[in-house]
Amino acid sequence: MESQVIVVTSGKGGVGKTTTSANVGTGLAKLGKKVCLIDTDIGLRNLDVVMGLENRIVYNLVDVVEGNCRVKQALIRDKRHPGLYLMPSAQTRDKSAVSPGQMVKVIEHLKEQFDYIILDCPAGIEQGFQNAIAGADRALVVTTPEVSAIRDADRIIGLLEANGFKQMDLVLNRLRMDMVRRGDMMSAQDVVDILAIPLIGIIPDDENVVISTNQGEPLVGNDCPAGQAYANVVMRVEGKEVPFMNFEKSISFWTRVTGIFHKA
Amino acid sequence: MRHFFRRKSSCQIAKDRLKILLISDRVNCSPEMMELIKTDIAKVISKYMKIDAENIEIQISTVGNRTDKGASNKHPMLYANVPILDTTAQEHALNVK
Repeated sequence: MESQVIVVTSGKGGVGKTTTSANVGTGLAKLGKKVCLIDTDIGLRNLDVVMGLENRIVYNLVDVVEGNCRVKQALIRDKRHPGLYLMPSAQTRDKSAVSPGQMVKVIEHLKEQFDYIILDCPAGIEQGFQNAIAGADRALVVTTPEVSAIRDADRIIGLLEANGFKQMDLVLNRLRMDMVRRGDMMSAQDVVDILAIPLIGIIPDDENVVISTNQGEPLVGNDCPAGQAYANVVMRVEGKEVPFMNFEKSISFWTRVTGIFHKA
Repeated sequence: MRHFFRRKSSCQIAKDRLKILLISDRVNCSPEMMELIKTDIAKVISKYMKIDAENIEIQISTVGNRTDKGASNKHPMLYANVPILDTTAQEHALNVK
């Protein structure tokens, strides 16, 4: 199988790029894939902490690029999931330490050994973003149903299009069905209508995400709403058709009922 | 009960604001420039008929075009809704000339 390079991006910070990277990567590894997660946020690394691998970092991405170590030496193997590796980013350097060309080279090297390479993109649209998208051929755009996050996602989609991306999928994070029902939050359909890219996952707002981050263990596949939602995203990344969780049906009913009043 | 009779849900407000915001983001056209276009359109049309210049609505629309494959190179369209107050004014304008 040709390996896939997926960048997880959003524009705005704090919408769940790192959480999505960690869960999608872990989920793919659970399906038996060989997965390499790369943290491209130089200077503000976090993927190692979310994955619970922060104590095992010896070398990082900048060391690889500068030739201080071989690619293999910088990869941390996740002992809980065979086939899952993390390339951490440097904490004491800044974005200018790596160029897009160097990223492409590292990724080309990794493609030989992995089915999936997942790049956790930094917030913003500066050099860190350019580095992260340089070697990728597919993108997951993460957003929340908030005006600011959607605006930034739209900007990012425009930039990805300008950079020749053909496959971009939307992950809608932190959806609260109770608020959607009473007309105080945009629904998945509303967001898809605005951003006009295919939806690959709806992650309900779930306190278990915070708990799993505290523990340093991604919750994909666990018996909780977000865990199940991420498991579905993973299946869809693999190209399988999985129906969206059934709360979608109850929305349309409720919005219809309450919508009558809101229109008045 | 008051909740049910609220005029606009905050979700609807968000959607309406985003629609305008993203249009100006996408075509790189600031709201100020849209305002200038609007006043110029009003000026031109009011030469010929009596219009409600206060309530002209203009918008550039590209929303939703993106995923229809091949449609992405479609040009964005500018729509203007101009309320006409008095159509007979049109003849006056011509007569004055």
